[in-house]
This record gives sequence, structure tokens and C-alpha cells, in this order.
Amino acid sequence: MISEKLAQKVRKHVVEMTSRGNSSHVGSALSITDLLAVLYGKILCFDPGNPKWEKRDRFLLSKGHAGAAVYAILAEVGFFSTEILQTHYQNGSILSGHVSHKDVPGVEFSTGSLGHALSVGVGMAYNAKLKGENHRVFVLMSDGECGEGSNWEAILFASHHCLDNLVVIIDYNKIQSMGRVEDILKLEPFAEKLLAFGWETVEIDGHNHEEIYVACDNIPKTAKKPTCIIANTVKGKGVSFMENTVLWHYRSPQKEDFINAIQELEVAIL
Amino acid sequence: MKKIFAQTLFKLAKDNPSIFLITADLGFGVLGDFADFLPKQFLNVGVAEQNMMGIATGLALEGKIVFTYSIANFPTLRCLEQIRNDACYHNANVKIVSIGAGFSYGAAGISHHATEDLAIMRVLPMTLLAPGSFWEVEQAVLALVKQPGACYLRLDNSYAEDLNKNGDSFLIGKARRVVDGDDLTIVAIGGVLGVAIKAAVKLLEEGIKCRVVSMHTLNPLDKHEIFAAAKNTGGIITVEEHRVQGGLGGVVAEVCLESGVIPHFFYRIGLREDFSSKVGNQDYLRGYYNISERHIIQKARELLLK
Repeated sequence: MISEKLAQKVRKHVVEMTSRGNSSHVGSALSITDLLAVLYGKILCFDPGNPKWEKRDRFLLSKGHAGAAVYAILAEVGFFSTEILQTHYQNGSILSGHVSHKDVPGVEFSTGSLGHALSVGVGMAYNAKLKGENHRVFVLMSDGECGEGSNWEAILFASHHCLDNLVVIIDYNKIQSMGRVEDILKLEPFAEKLLAFGWETVEIDGHNHEEIYVACDNIPKTAKKPTCIIANTVKGKGVSFMENTVLWHYRSPQKEDFINAIQELEVAIL
Repeated sequence: MKKIFAQTLFKLAKDNPSIFLITADLGFGVLGDFADFLPKQFLNVGVAEQNMMGIATGLALEGKIVFTYSIANFPTLRCLEQIRNDACYHNANVKIVSIGAGFSYGAAGISHHATEDLAIMRVLPMTLLAPGSFWEVEQAVLALVKQPGACYLRLDNSYAEDLNKNGDSFLIGKARRVVDGDDLTIVAIGGVLGVAIKAAVKLLEEGIKCRVVSMHTLNPLDKHEIFAAAKNTGGIITVEEHRVQGGLGGVVAEVCLESGVIPHFFYRIGLREDFSSKVGNQDYLRGYYNISERHIIQKARELLLK
């Protein structure tokens, strides 16, 4: 399956899941679907039949509130049935709103509180270096969560210890919980900050599959340096009325909104 | 205690490459051998406790037995959410070690007094050990290496003399009766066990026979030892260098009340003020805040008269 088509299928799942579960964060999940589709479609090594395969690449979602998108891609690539997605956020489900590994094959790490996964990914990458293993560690973060100081502890550590098997992808959709990142706690000059911290830094269009592929392929970009991919994205990408708005950080697509969103996505899948 | 810990872990780690030690830039003069001779099993992450806890979890999820090391509240409260969400929820094999229990750091001030950690850490689903003597420290480290999942090891600057009987064994979750007696039971945790034993010796001179229990494991609690104390001795006094809320005394109260095994009397010796803001060494602060031999003796006399 081409990754664009995979991304659209994930988008449709995400809208259905957040509608059925009456849950928030549809916009946050839609903004990472292209990144996930390229990662799981073309980049990451994994085995759905053996989720704990030692040589797998590790993927950690740090912005756990976009868990719906991860569950959807894991189901699409075969870790579990897509039917389970219908239970998302509902009583008795294994799929909580913020991503959880309990009983969910393929989820590497549970998150939900921001600023946690990068340090854990750093530990995994450090271990791979110690043992001379070749797998890589990818951590997908949000822009807003860069406000958490713990991330900068990990960023310092990763470059000091030359963890060139570590890739951070930042979903830079420019909108955080209460408004625009530049108004609340600006990150710019963002790439320069990461460069100054000793990271190889790449800026891409986070919806352009070719650019995502090129950025994620051939890691490390520079020997002995961790890589940060700043992916410029659009919150709510793929559903016109959800794009680039704070409202859809919270609102669940219901009734007409749901119908319109699904129509747009089905046209795109065709 | 910190030296016993470091020596014991170093010996174990030489034969077990899975053992890994991380410090957040503390342990000068204590962790030297480990750092020098086992560099592939040692990491100083710098002054960054949250990152230390996340890295520890990552290493543990990849198969290592990870010890994190720092002082007072830094390896616990500073990164509490990482302990909860990362280590505990993922059942990661991380052993958190804090040196400087209670007033160990004395005149260093309240930032360095660990007086809430037992209460806070014990509500997390993790093993919690606070040994009272050098022998208990050594045994605790041996036991922790084999104990799966997240654990907390609270180490004190002070310690009780070892009162070992032949064939004594250390089991996680099994309290040690270090002094026999049935007039009352003093249950102590950590280095302040030494104070409890001294008080018991003095009380014996007055004809009061105290049982002294080292509750080196707070989680899981040895309920049977508590019930035995409640049923078979005159009452229970708990002793901890910690606030009285939620720690050893709190746990004992919970299990007694819920089970209906109520001691004839019960008193918690511990910090009853908000913060230990006085300046002085560990002994001075114990005296000032009534966590002392004198105070235990006085309370024992009072309670036995009732």
C-alpha cells in the first residue's frame, strides 16, 4: 500500500474513533498521520507477529494524546484487528485516549503526561549503543511539549553521548492546548536551538511523504549526532474545517461534522 | 550505609553485567570504584533527575537491572511522575536509591531532609525497603537485585548496631524482631532503629520489656508481625524519621483498624511539625523534634500507665 493511502485510512479511523468515543485530540492525531504512515509503511523495522522482536526499531509516541492515530496505524499494519479500533475510549476497551501499552501489542511505551518519552527513548538508544545493536529509536513529540524541561535534559544528554541512533520528530503544527505556540511559549529560533544543543537538524513538510521518507531514511544523517526532524504540520490536517484551529484540539466530531469529515476523507482515499 | 550499599552492589555487578548504576551527579567518594572499574555499567547523567529516571526506565525495559542513586528527595520527589508513569506503570526493573533519609543531612537544611518520602513512595505499587543496620543494607541490596519491578531503597546516615542471631535471614516483607519482650512493641524503620533499641535497653533497666521490630520493608508490610504486636504485647509505638502522616505509623494504623486487630495503645513517633527548619546535626534534630531515645522512653512510660 502506498503510504499516502495508508495515511488516509488512518485519518478515517481517527475521525471514527474520536467520534464514537466522544473524545478529544482529533486535530493532534490528524497532524501526525502522514508521519506515522511513512514510518510504519517504509522506515521502521517491526514484526506484527512478534511485537517484542529484539531487532525492531523502537517507536515511542511522546504526545500520548494522539494515541488514536498510533492505535489505528498499528491495526492497519497488522498488530491487531481494525475492529478493536471501534472500542476506543469506551467502557471495557483496551484503547485509552492517551496511548497505553497494556494489552495493546505494538505500543512500545505508554504516555499521556508530556515530556516523558524522550528520556526513555534515550535510555533505549544508549542501551543499543552499549550492546552494539543496530536498531534505531524514534520519538515523536509535539511542539507544545517542548515546554517541558525534562526534554531539554534528554536533549543535552543525547548529544553528549553521541546517540546517533536516536531520531526525534517534532510535530510542529504551531498550535498547543490554549492557543498558538508563538504566543504561549515560543520555540523559535527552533532549529537553531537544537543545532546549538549539538543535534543534526532537518526541517521538512510533515505532510509530504517524500520529504518525510528522505528525512527518516539513512539514519544517522551525521555520525555521532542525534537527529531532530522538525516536521512542519497542520493541526487537523485532512479535514478542511479542522485544519489549523485550536477548537479541534478538544472537540469530538459529531453529527454533521462527522459526516462531512468522513466524506472528505473518503473522497481523498479514492 | 551508602558505603555498604556501594560495596555490595559493586561486588554483585562484577559478576552480573545486567546490573547498571546511574547517578545524577552525586556520590563523590562513594561510587568511585563502580565508575572506575565498571564503566560500561555506570552512568552519571548530570544534574537531571527526571532524565535519570526516564533513562533508567529505558535501560530496564531493554533488560537491565538499573539502580538510580541520589540524595534526599532528588531521586524521588523531583521525578515522581517519571517514577509513577514510566517505571511503575511499565513494571520496569528500576531500583531507586536515596541516601540521606530523614535528618541524615542535618544542618544542610530542609531541602536535604527526606521527611515525606515514605508516605509518597509507599502509595505507588512498588517494593519499599528502609534497612536499619549495615547487615540489613547488605541483605537489602542482595534481595533487590532479585526482586522484579520498581523498588525504592531508603538509606540513612545513622544505623543500628547489628543484633543478629545465628541463622538470621532477611526476606523482603518479613519484619525482624531484634529485641524480645511483651510489655510493648516499638516498631522502627531505617537508621532510627538504633534509637529504638537504645530506648528499649534503658526501659529494661526499669523493668519494662520492650519488643523491638525492624520494619525494614514498608511495602509489602508484614501485617502478621503488627498483628502479633497488637495482640500479644501491651501496645505499639512506631518510630520513624519522617512526618507522622502516611509513613510507618500511618501504615500500621491502617492495617490495624481495617483488620479489627486494635492494640491497647498506639502512638506514632515522628516529625509533627510542618518542616524541620531548625539547624543542627541528625542527633540534634532528633532531639529537637522528639524522635529521640528520651522521647520514646517518656511515651512508653506514659502509655503503660494508662
